[in-house]
Amino acid sequence: MTAPTSPYESMSPYELTSPYEPVPPDDCLARNDWVCGEYLTTRHQLLTDATLEHLQLTGLSVLLGLVLAVPLALLARRKRWAAGPVLGVTTILYTIPSLAMFSLLLPVYGLSASVVIAGLVLYSLTLLVRNILAGLQGVPADAREAARGMGYGPLRLLLAVELPLALPAVMAGLRIATVSAVSLATVGAIVGYGGLGNLIYSGMNSFFKAQVLTASVLCVLIAIAADLLLLGVQRLLTPWERARRAAR
Amino acid sequence: MNAVVESWDWLTNGANWTGENGVWHRLAEHLHLTAVCLGLSCLIALPVALVLGHLGKGGALAVNLSNVGRAVPTFAVLVLLLLTPIGGYGDWSVVIALVLFAIPPLLTNAYVGMRGVDPDVVQAAQGMGMTGRQLLLGVELPLALPLVMTGVRIAAVQLVATATIAALAGGGGLGRIITAGFNLASTPQVVAGAVLVAVFALLVEGVFVGARRLSPAWLRGRMG
Repeated sequence: MTAPTSPYESMSPYELTSPYEPVPPDDCLARNDWVCGEYLTTRHQLLTDATLEHLQLTGLSVLLGLVLAVPLALLARRKRWAAGPVLGVTTILYTIPSLAMFSLLLPVYGLSASVVIAGLVLYSLTLLVRNILAGLQGVPADAREAARGMGYGPLRLLLAVELPLALPAVMAGLRIATVSAVSLATVGAIVGYGGLGNLIYSGMNSFFKAQVLTASVLCVLIAIAADLLLLGVQRLLTPWERARRAAR
Repeated sequence: MNAVVESWDWLTNGANWTGENGVWHRLAEHLHLTAVCLGLSCLIALPVALVLGHLGKGGALAVNLSNVGRAVPTFAVLVLLLLTPIGGYGDWSVVIALVLFAIPPLLTNAYVGMRGVDPDVVQAAQGMGMTGRQLLLGVELPLALPLVMTGVRIAAVQLVATATIAALAGGGGLGRIITAGFNLASTPQVVAGAVLVAVFALLVEGVFVGARRLSPAWLRGRMG
């Protein structure tokens, strides 16, 4: 094991242009380039941590949103009086700009990741409730009646017939909600919990171009990857759709 | 509950409403920014969408654009533009970012509206000897107008939200009250600013919904 040596140690002092000051390294970090390999190698730990935080924030909030949206959609479908308020309130929540949403939640949760997660959950509710409801309403009455005729109870009807048939619409909503959450989580930087948004925010304050571009590109890549992943899950969960496409 | 009382005190304090950093000035900035950018993005997006819809071309573009718009973080685009040479020219980086995010809903909705026009009606108009221009302006556009207006409404609400985030990247508007509150570690100001932004966004949405209610029945349409 040899100790890592700096490349400048091997230089003779006479090679330096100024005898008093060391020459700054002439790499892309010093030049503040947009694209910088040095940035990736020297800050990979920072990038990994921010990416993981970003994935946690968005993953957790979409999951929580889904857990809340299913009963809300079922309630809105079952009880006529509930449909208006559920759809109305979630639409109003969706209209509130993200920066205001996180700020409104600040007194409730303080400066914590919960502010960002709660805000993202509220946003995903609109998209998820609407799509689940549309999916359930799109289930053919024939399928429902056939299941009832076969002696299916309400719970079994829901789990074995209605939800699987509603799955394409539900997954479409889930994909939009996830992609939106990945993008909106960056605004969480205002409370210090924005995942990659934190890097964009600090990069803005220090005019660090490589950091801003790298974090932005990673954000978009996460959104695309999440979208493709959910599309794959949807294909796996609905094999009958693939058979139908092939038959066409 | 304490936070609610303190935020209420902030909102009812007249000193917070006047001056360079006051609510009225920030509101005027926000309105100005939103209106200018809505006008600009309509000028850019609507002609393109109407012509593409009329010709029946570019459907993939219209759909994919809104997906891309959703995946790219607004905040990232604001900061990226700020760090380019454009950032040196005052509000231009903010205006460009806002217009970029208002174009997808305008383009997609107008395109879908144009494609949704009953083909029988189009054929009848063609049979009457209408030219392409007459068909576009006299038949297709009026029938597509409800969805075009839905796109304008979504774009306006989107612009209000984006203009708020612009405060993070040094832009003006009501978002500044929130960011200033964070810098002062003043939760009442943060919450008061957030309430103002939320009410403003809901009012903008409300104006469009109200305008649609008051408009003649043919304009309301069945869609959107």
